[in-house]
Amino acid sequence: MPATLYILIVVLMLLNFRLLASSRIAACIQTVAAQAVLFGATAVAVNWPHVQWQMGLIVILSVLIKAVLLPWLLRRAVREAAASREIEPLVGFNLSLLLGVILLGLCLLVTSSLQVKGDQSNGLLLAAALFTAVTGLFLIICRKKAITQVLGYLTMENGINAFGMAFAVNETLLVAMAVLLDVLVAVLVMGIAIYHISREFDHIDTDKLSALKE
Amino acid sequence: MIWAILLLPALSGGVCAILRHHRLRRGLLIATAVAQAAMVAACWIWHPSPTAGGWLELDSTGLLFLSITTALFLVAAFYAAGYLASQGDERVTDYEEGFLFTNSPQAAFTACLLVFLATMSLTAVSRNLGLLWVAVETTTLASAPLIYFHRHHRSLEATWKYLLICSVGIALAMLGNFFLAVAGATSGAHLTMESMLAHAASLDPMWLKAAFILCLVGYGTKMGLTPMHTWLPDAHSEAPSLVSALLSGALLNCAFLAILRVHTITSAAGMADFSGSLLVLLGLVSMAVAAIFIVHQVDFKRMLAYSSVENMGILALGVGAGGVAAAGSMFHAVNHSLIKAMLFLVAGNILASYHTKSCPQIRGLLQGRPASGVLWLAGLLAVAGFPPFGSFMSELAILQGLLADHRYLVATAYLAALGVAFAAMARIILPMVFGTRTPEVCATPAPGREPLWAVAPPAALCAAALTLGVYMPPWLDAVLKQAAGGH
Amino acid sequence: MTLYSLIHLALALAGAPLLLGIVNRIKAKIGGRTGQPLLQLYYDLAKLLRKGAVYSETTTWVFRAGPLVGLAAVVVALLVVPLGGVPAVASFTGDLVLLAYMLGLMRLATVLAALDTGSAFEGMGASREVQFAALAEPAMLLGLASMAVLTGKLSLSAMLAALSPAALPPLAAAALLLVGAAVFIVLLAENSRIPFDDPNTHLELTMIHEVMVLDHTGPDFAAIQYGAALKLWTYAAVLSGIILPIRTNCPWCDLLVGAGGVAVVVVAVGLVESGMARLRMLRVPQLLLAAVVLSLLALVLVLR
Repeated sequence: MPATLYILIVVLMLLNFRLLASSRIAACIQTVAAQAVLFGATAVAVNWPHVQWQMGLIVILSVLIKAVLLPWLLRRAVREAAASREIEPLVGFNLSLLLGVILLGLCLLVTSSLQVKGDQSNGLLLAAALFTAVTGLFLIICRKKAITQVLGYLTMENGINAFGMAFAVNETLLVAMAVLLDVLVAVLVMGIAIYHISREFDHIDTDKLSALKE
Repeated sequence: MIWAILLLPALSGGVCAILRHHRLRRGLLIATAVAQAAMVAACWIWHPSPTAGGWLELDSTGLLFLSITTALFLVAAFYAAGYLASQGDERVTDYEEGFLFTNSPQAAFTACLLVFLATMSLTAVSRNLGLLWVAVETTTLASAPLIYFHRHHRSLEATWKYLLICSVGIALAMLGNFFLAVAGATSGAHLTMESMLAHAASLDPMWLKAAFILCLVGYGTKMGLTPMHTWLPDAHSEAPSLVSALLSGALLNCAFLAILRVHTITSAAGMADFSGSLLVLLGLVSMAVAAIFIVHQVDFKRMLAYSSVENMGILALGVGAGGVAAAGSMFHAVNHSLIKAMLFLVAGNILASYHTKSCPQIRGLLQGRPASGVLWLAGLLAVAGFPPFGSFMSELAILQGLLADHRYLVATAYLAALGVAFAAMARIILPMVFGTRTPEVCATPAPGREPLWAVAPPAALCAAALTLGVYMPPWLDAVLKQAAGGH
Repeated sequence: MTLYSLIHLALALAGAPLLLGIVNRIKAKIGGRTGQPLLQLYYDLAKLLRKGAVYSETTTWVFRAGPLVGLAAVVVALLVVPLGGVPAVASFTGDLVLLAYMLGLMRLATVLAALDTGSAFEGMGASREVQFAALAEPAMLLGLASMAVLTGKLSLSAMLAALSPAALPPLAAAALLLVGAAVFIVLLAENSRIPFDDPNTHLELTMIHEVMVLDHTGPDFAAIQYGAALKLWTYAAVLSGIILPIRTNCPWCDLLVGAGGVAVVVVAVGLVESGMARLRMLRVPQLLLAAVVLSLLALVLVLR
């Protein structure tokens, strides 16, 4: 099992790099969905073989929502907004990749001082979850389109939730469900906002949203 | 009782969403606000028992913040009823750029308003940190449509920033919650306050520290602490004034409450120094930055928004300093909410009369709009902490706390920031109130007088703020002291 | 050094041109063509060796030395490369640096010879070659470094011989996958395969490697072609050791496993070439950067 877990974690990290380097919105949506599935698998793998039914339910639900429902919604939003399918970066793709490596290093550095129960792979999973969250943050800051910012938000959420599912086992079912629901509604509301932005401005580039500033 | 407080606004929000009759809907809004206020008032007398397995419980801190929220909502509901009645369904001309835009459907607006109240109440009564997180995130989602009431590009921009920045911030707070859960995992602590406080001594310190930082940044975003405050001026300046009043007076407090809960846990774990000094630092930075931004402000709603950032800084500073300052901070939360809500409502009146948010274009408020002029002036004095307003007492208490702790450097910085902010606001507000109107540069007030619905609510808030400065009811005092102790 | 090392060397020297034949055959099969004979490169070499060389009057001795130095360098590189569990002919601490430098020397010889012609096209090819190599080399070295950390050995032979699932920590599988992927990308880039370069292209503007050797004829060109084949074998042998971490104690079996690995790599190259188009020149650095990232990730993983 540990070897499988390591491979899962590495693939998760690589997916982040794919997000950083990809220039296609469709590819990014796909990657975020894949990430949600893999994080679900990781959560199960970490707690193997003591998987409680609550956790199983949460994993299944979150995979359904994040890997099926939300990607479908986002694809629809891209189509409705008639947005071009290229991602417009504020920071170039190659530079993003390099910065990604630096961020990963930082995450490993930060997490090395935090003790996690279980074997060594769990520390790495912590770093991977944090790295995913930071990648999401990076996407929000360094990509122009509103839709990529939502994707960044989802990526962040993926990383954070993965951490929660894997380690915060004391968390009760109800809260986890509510969190999931919140994320769903948040993305829905953001989707509606994107629709309005595209109708108001004829595009969804957020760097043109600059009327309000000091 | 707690269930009723949560469900009443949520349900009546649902009804409002489908109610087609305008007057009936506005009546329902007011009725709900009054009923909610009555229930919360009853909670002061008969303490409701915890329900839902201890997840929902009204402790002193919760009761205090719930009361602030409900009181503000009551006032805002009256204002909203008048405001919505004055807004038709036809297209409206934008004051700043002159284009035409429509408003959101009033049914949706009213429904969101009520759901917003329900979610804020949920924040106040949550004793489970996970549930608290959910509640705070839901406040964001419920209030985003409120900011986008005027459907034009500026409010859309403000809504988008609000939605995104706050969601991201709150996501970090969730990571903080998970860290808390991990910190308590070895000792078997759950995410409820009771369990956390009971196991406080055995929480893992490294995880707890990381958790506090994440929660501070996360909820601090929502609370408007610098440097995460960037959404705040935009949202407050573009939202309808009554929404700005609720955001500033009630919503920021909810986020503050969340930080307070985590701070209580870290203090119980013996790390009050760590979390306290972080709060003091962020508080001072917020005060300083906000004061600087007020100096060159020409938009009076943005000025008020920065003043909110400053006051949130004061709250964080007071709680971080602890002791007398913490009690002062609780009291200041009450005062700030009353005053800032009043100022935003008055700002709404001024905007409606003069059709501009630019301060230099407004002169001679006392002649043009006497009621708003007086309230605007009173608001300036109150927000700057002049006696006999309650804010004087609370700011003084925080200063006392700092001096008693021998934190002279912090006290100096605190006073300096307060001074700069006051001078800057006075320089903007005094000419607005007393200046002589030159028709070439200044806007002319719209003909007619201000309606009662526009003047009475802020006047009531002003009276409350004034009363608190002169007379402190013993029941409120007791609750404030308990809240400062983290109960 | 053992007898089997010599067998590997002989196998490499004799069999390297066959690898390119296999790649071409796979491409042809998938493309629905009959394709060249498997031994086409041998015929080409024989033909070229029989011909005389023509030298431009503007070139100097650098141009003539280029192919020979390149061939010599890659043969030296081959001496330190093990085939899976079979040790190399020569092995000493830090020989992986020698490997990198010999391959670098080979590139330098080719590039200098190309620049010596004074042709604009060849200069352009040289520029591209060096630019991409600057990214490919760190990927390769970082990958090898993470192998070194993983096994605690600093010599290629010892390092690859130590790779067996039983003896390694659980994260080794992940690290090996990463390094394998990185080295494979480097292999494609360094051997001018699709998606970096198209060995069959006829348009100088899009060429990288081929454009540099336009002016070589006869035996010189044969040396270049043979050197390229040996280079492919060198990389494939290293990669074979990484992707097939199966070490038996029987040398014949090791040899067989290693050769099997080389075959797998070559087939993979053929499949990639059939399935992909050449990348735009602008995207090439990005793919190489991805290889660097993979290697770095592996290094970080094993260092932790």
